[in-house]
Amino acid sequence: MSTNPSKKFKNPMVNWIEYRLPIFSFLDNSLGSNYPTPKNLNYFWNFGSLAGITLGIMLVSGIVLAMHYTAHVDYAFDSVERIMRDVNYGWLIRYIHMNGGSMFFIVVYIHIFRGLYYGSYHAPRELLWMLGVFILLAMMATAFMGYVLPWGQMSFWGATVITNLFSAIPLVGDAIVTWLWGGFSVDNATLNRFFSLHYLMPFVIVGLVVLHIWALHVHSSNNPIGIDAKTEQDTLPFHPYYTVKDLYGLGVFLICYAFFVFYAPNFFGEPDNYIEANPLVTPAHIVPEWYFLPFYAILRAFTADFFLFAYTPISWIMSAKLAGVIAMFASILLLLLMPWLDGSNVKSSKFRPLYAMFFWIFLLNCVVLGIVGGKPAEGTWLYIGQFTTTYYFAHLLVIVPLVSRLEQPKTPPESISAAVTSTAQG
Amino acid sequence: MRNILQKHLNLYFALAVVVFSFGAADSMAGGKAPKPPKQEWSFDGMFGTFDKAAAQRGFQVYQEVCAGCHSLRQIDFRHLAGIGYTEEQIKAFAAESEVTDGPDDEGEMFERSGIPADPLPSPFANDQAAAASNNGKVPPDLSLMNKARIGGADYVYALLTGYTDPPSGIEVPEGGSYNTYYPGHIIAMAAPLSDEGVEYQDGTKATVAQQANDVVTFLAWTAEPEMERRKSMGLKVLIFLFIFTALLYRVKKVVWKGAKLR
Ligand code: HEC
Ligand code: HEM
Repeated sequence: MSTNPSKKFKNPMVNWIEYRLPIFSFLDNSLGSNYPTPKNLNYFWNFGSLAGITLGIMLVSGIVLAMHYTAHVDYAFDSVERIMRDVNYGWLIRYIHMNGGSMFFIVVYIHIFRGLYYGSYHAPRELLWMLGVFILLAMMATAFMGYVLPWGQMSFWGATVITNLFSAIPLVGDAIVTWLWGGFSVDNATLNRFFSLHYLMPFVIVGLVVLHIWALHVHSSNNPIGIDAKTEQDTLPFHPYYTVKDLYGLGVFLICYAFFVFYAPNFFGEPDNYIEANPLVTPAHIVPEWYFLPFYAILRAFTADFFLFAYTPISWIMSAKLAGVIAMFASILLLLLMPWLDGSNVKSSKFRPLYAMFFWIFLLNCVVLGIVGGKPAEGTWLYIGQFTTTYYFAHLLVIVPLVSRLEQPKTPPESISAAVTSTAQG
Repeated sequence: MRNILQKHLNLYFALAVVVFSFGAADSMAGGKAPKPPKQEWSFDGMFGTFDKAAAQRGFQVYQEVCAGCHSLRQIDFRHLAGIGYTEEQIKAFAAESEVTDGPDDEGEMFERSGIPADPLPSPFANDQAAAASNNGKVPPDLSLMNKARIGGADYVYALLTGYTDPPSGIEVPEGGSYNTYYPGHIIAMAAPLSDEGVEYQDGTKATVAQQANDVVTFLAWTAEPEMERRKSMGLKVLIFLFIFTALLYRVKKVVWKGAKLR
């Protein structure tokens, strides 16, 4: 983030400000013509800017919703319906926010798998990657608490099931759950604190995003062939090349987003959440939002007779429930270690065919986990869940370390420009 | 090594096939109650709107039949303008209800006739009273019913027209009725509709199917009163976005031509 004090702009007003607060050169160095970016980025590199814009949309729509929302068990459900019916364009704002949550996760999941495929977590981008994992965790906490706010049946029962997980912690579990609830069940105190935290967390995410982008700008983006830019020939100024490309991507994204908001606003939702919360009536199937389903499947795979649990020392020291909770958190936290689990000195999977194949299997495995997460945890579904859970951890802990160290990668091209000219000719 | 991998892959695809076929079988079994048949609704699709005449007839069915048991808490009289009632008609509907208001300057509660800003009156003072008069089951609020059940409008229609004699061997307990589409089949609501159970003002023949169609259209409106505005705004937004994105695509192409020359 070095600024160039001698930088001169045409507009004298701009220069006056720049001399006192070098914000214009800062912008120019981060998003402007002075930020060199690899010239071979493909459309998967659009998803970072899309995530940032979606975060902005969530903040604006959320703040407007909060002006009309009432965080009280007796009024929350009705206040959301007031927003839908009587607030001017309230339905639009709520549907933007509701579907925005799903869009945010779609974009971020693509962004993460992009990173896994092209090895974007490798040195010197370890911290950048780890900040990303923390953003994912913060998003999950935010979305979980947001889903409780409309106080429908799924809000209430989802909150009850998930907060109850902490009771698996030995000795202090029950005390922790009571502390989280602020009482002896999910109730008004719980709703109030969730609203408070749901308002806070997005700003924590903004802080993490600032660090994430700061780290990004030190070494600039990785790219599809995973060779760092060496000369000016390998790069293009961010503006106008990537500003216009990101804007075009934004257009495509907004078309998809608008389709859901206007024509299928409840596609991602559960009908049960249009029934007001009732602690006396348990819904037939309690399912979390779709973006939690793979993790929910991992959580529920841990039954007393799951071989990964029953035949390992894990069962000597903890209950199956606690093992499930730990596994669920571990499935995300393990991603923090990707830079070290993957020992290859070539980043991009383009030059690692074996590794690439395992990447696709892993992706498929995550999709299957997601399907299992939406089904009752019994019979065949449970077995499939246990198999895919085992594979999830086997991929991260065994396959990635071994394959990355044993596979002899193909030789990547000399430089980005060499790669670009050779594909242009060939 | 290659061979093992190939096996692994094969196993994986076999697994995927199993998962998806289970998914299909699962949705066919559908938790005992059959899937409600798909109906044609005026409000279906990108250009769908509410059939106002049907919704008004549906309001009549609600008032004369369902309102004895079910509330419609989210709806105020003034909202009825959304299905085409005039201000005068709405005032007249509202005036038929008695509302307890107050306290007045002396601190007394008083009765007055309803105004358009009042909510539709609820049949029971609270859930306990509602359950007490309905064999222990609370008739749910109908405002969001079409959004609150899997199958939506098709389900509610199937439910209202799905009362039959129980198959032999099935015992229907006192106060219950057999319904093909209700999950578990035994429902605490007796068949609410009967042929000519209402007399339509517009002369439409009031068969059970017609009344069900009308009340479901009305409930589609109570569940999503914003739907018509939403769809028409969506069309404008999408047309704008398509043009805007096409332009951006051109701009992107032109700008990137410059990149090739560098
Ligand atoms: C005599 C009282 C009564 C009348 C009249 C009545 N209902 Fe019901 N209704 C009930 C009760 C009680 C339940 C709860 C049934 C249960 O939980 O088993 C119910 C449940 C329902 C349900 C929910 C079914 C489900 O999936 O949970 C719908 C939809 C419904 N009624 C629609 C209507 C409509 C539309 C009308 C008017 C045409 C109507 N009802 C008239 C008593 C009534
Ligand atoms: C990281 C960004 C955010 C995410 C992922 C997120 C997610 C969600 C989700 C999933 C819901 C439930 C929607 C529903 O089913 O109705 C929700 C509701 C809500 N959110 Fe957010 N949110 C974010 C930011 C914000 C912000 C910054 C505010 C400002 C205070 C806010 C205020 C609200 C309010 C008031 C509700 C309840 C109203 C409703 O349910 O529609 N959100 N949020």
